[in-house]
Amino acid sequence: MTNAAIETRSLRKRYGEKLAVEDLSLTVRRGEVFGFLGPNGAGKTTSLKMLLGLVEPTGGAGTLLGAPLGDRATRAKVGFLPEHFRFPEWTSARELLRFHGRLLELPDTIARERAERLLGTVDLLDAAHRPLRGYSKGMLQRTGLALALLGEPELVFLDEPTSGLDPLGRRLVRDLIRAERDKGTTVFLNSHLLGEVEATCDRVAFVKGGRVVRERALAAEGEGVEFEAVLRASGLDADARAGLERFGRVLHDEGDEVRLSLASESALPEIARWVVERGASLRHLSADHVSLEDEFLEVMGADHRPG
Amino acid sequence: MRFLAIVRFTLEEAARRRVLLAMLLCGGAFLVLYAVGFHFLVRDLAGEKGAMATLTRQFVVNMFTIAGLFAVNFLMVMSAVLLPVDTLSGEITTGVLQTVAARPVARAEIVLGKWLGHLLVVWGYLLALASGVLAIAWFTAHRAPPHVPAAFACLALEAAVLVSLSIAGGARLSTVTNGVLAFGLFGFAFLGGWVEQIGSFVNNDATRNIGTVTSLIMPTDAMWHLAAHLLQPPFLAQMRMSPFSMGPVPSAAMVVWAVLWIVAALASAVRGFRRRPL
Ligand SMILES: Nc1ncnc2c1ncn2[C@@H]1O[C@H](COP(=O)(O)OP(=O)(O)O)[C@@H](O)[C@H]1O
Ligand SMILES: [Mg+2]
Repeated sequence: MTNAAIETRSLRKRYGEKLAVEDLSLTVRRGEVFGFLGPNGAGKTTSLKMLLGLVEPTGGAGTLLGAPLGDRATRAKVGFLPEHFRFPEWTSARELLRFHGRLLELPDTIARERAERLLGTVDLLDAAHRPLRGYSKGMLQRTGLALALLGEPELVFLDEPTSGLDPLGRRLVRDLIRAERDKGTTVFLNSHLLGEVEATCDRVAFVKGGRVVRERALAAEGEGVEFEAVLRASGLDADARAGLERFGRVLHDEGDEVRLSLASESALPEIARWVVERGASLRHLSADHVSLEDEFLEVMGADHRPG
Repeated sequence: MRFLAIVRFTLEEAARRRVLLAMLLCGGAFLVLYAVGFHFLVRDLAGEKGAMATLTRQFVVNMFTIAGLFAVNFLMVMSAVLLPVDTLSGEITTGVLQTVAARPVARAEIVLGKWLGHLLVVWGYLLALASGVLAIAWFTAHRAPPHVPAAFACLALEAAVLVSLSIAGGARLSTVTNGVLAFGLFGFAFLGGWVEQIGSFVNNDATRNIGTVTSLIMPTDAMWHLAAHLLQPPFLAQMRMSPFSMGPVPSAAMVVWAVLWIVAALASAVRGFRRRPL
């Protein structure tokens, strides 16, 4: 029995010629909000479908809440919001929740009580009796969220939950994710919206071309955050440039400009002193917090074109 | 039970969809026309007198009743193919099934639940229209054909064959391909049935065999012929005069075959759907 919510080894999915997921090996701990980041077509949705048993892996193995992938009973403890939430248009949000309550084999009174509470949480009580065909995109997404949480899952998969939502809708999703984390639910969030991930996730994995290329914890408020320093000076000789290495990794060095990666801003005065003592004229020195977006672009590399 | 949840949701869906409403309007319009036709037919027959007239009258009324059921049979075929035709393929394409299949429900339960739900709807439709035809015959001519329950059972089995085919196709094919295939097979069996009838009328063995083979491939027409045979009074049935039973009567083995055919179609549906990426 493993304590991981999700554990996979070399999961792979091939559709005919197309390799959708090449090698997915990752571990998601119980109770964490895990961000799965990558450009469109990176294989995020396919990975998630393999974990849920909607798609059979071509190779590899894994466990979900300790049970092998595809185990039916485990799915009672798992919630899921698909990427493009599609629905039977003739039914209403309330009826759809009832139907899923029956699929979960919840006792009638509990199903009813939970459905009403969730409809309230996602602010759909007014529209709950109307057919879904008349819902706006945001209302549908909120219906999908209520559906995902109906089983009071231990693990929730959200595939691009805020795409197409307005700022209020995004706020709602963010609040729901936080509320789930506070309850101890594990959340697996597929996204390419980095701000959202930065605001909610404990840990992230970057996926590219169907493999995890980087995995790391997101630091809480200021600790261990990376900075990027930009230095512009004329008359910097090779010696001076080489000496900069001891302050941090040199990212870029061309002409008058050098860019460095720093662990903290406190190195700036020393850098300034070093440059001036070497006889160069310092014109500019600054340091900026490296955002997830910068990291994303760095990880995905220059060869990546907008998907 | 999760299976019953799927059945129930399918029934609720059918009740709201326009396809069923359209089929009901078609059926209602047909029954009105049929009642008017029957009324005038009976009035004309009442004018004739004599010993032969009673026999003619009985023959014509029986034939007209079976003709009415022949039309009902066609409406039933339409509904049995069209109602379930996109339930799997359509919901796979749009992704509606993703949230359903992510629940602790077996893929087989989804397929069989949808199958039973649609079958119940088609049976309800068949029962309503066929009873309508018999009621019209009873109230205008005061006559009812024999063996009604057995004949209805044959038609119900025919409906089950078609619903199973439509569901099995939906698990593997696109909606359009599935519809074309289902109607194509039905038409194939229908033509095969006529070849068999005509062949046996002129005593040609080869054509009779063609009929048997088509019935084995697609047992719908055999079920209709069995029903039509049962609905004729024995003396008429033996004369082999009616346009609905000139040929050999399908045997009881054909009924067993139809049941096996349904089981095989469902097994194929479950197997196809189980491996489908959703
Ligand atoms: N059913 C499928 N058949 C063929 N190719 C697919 C299928 N689903 C996804 N793909 C391909 O696999 C790759 C990964 O897709 P997806 O998992 O949807 O990526 P993401 O969710 O990261 O945008 C894409 O190139 C996509 O075109
Ligand atoms: Mg995706």
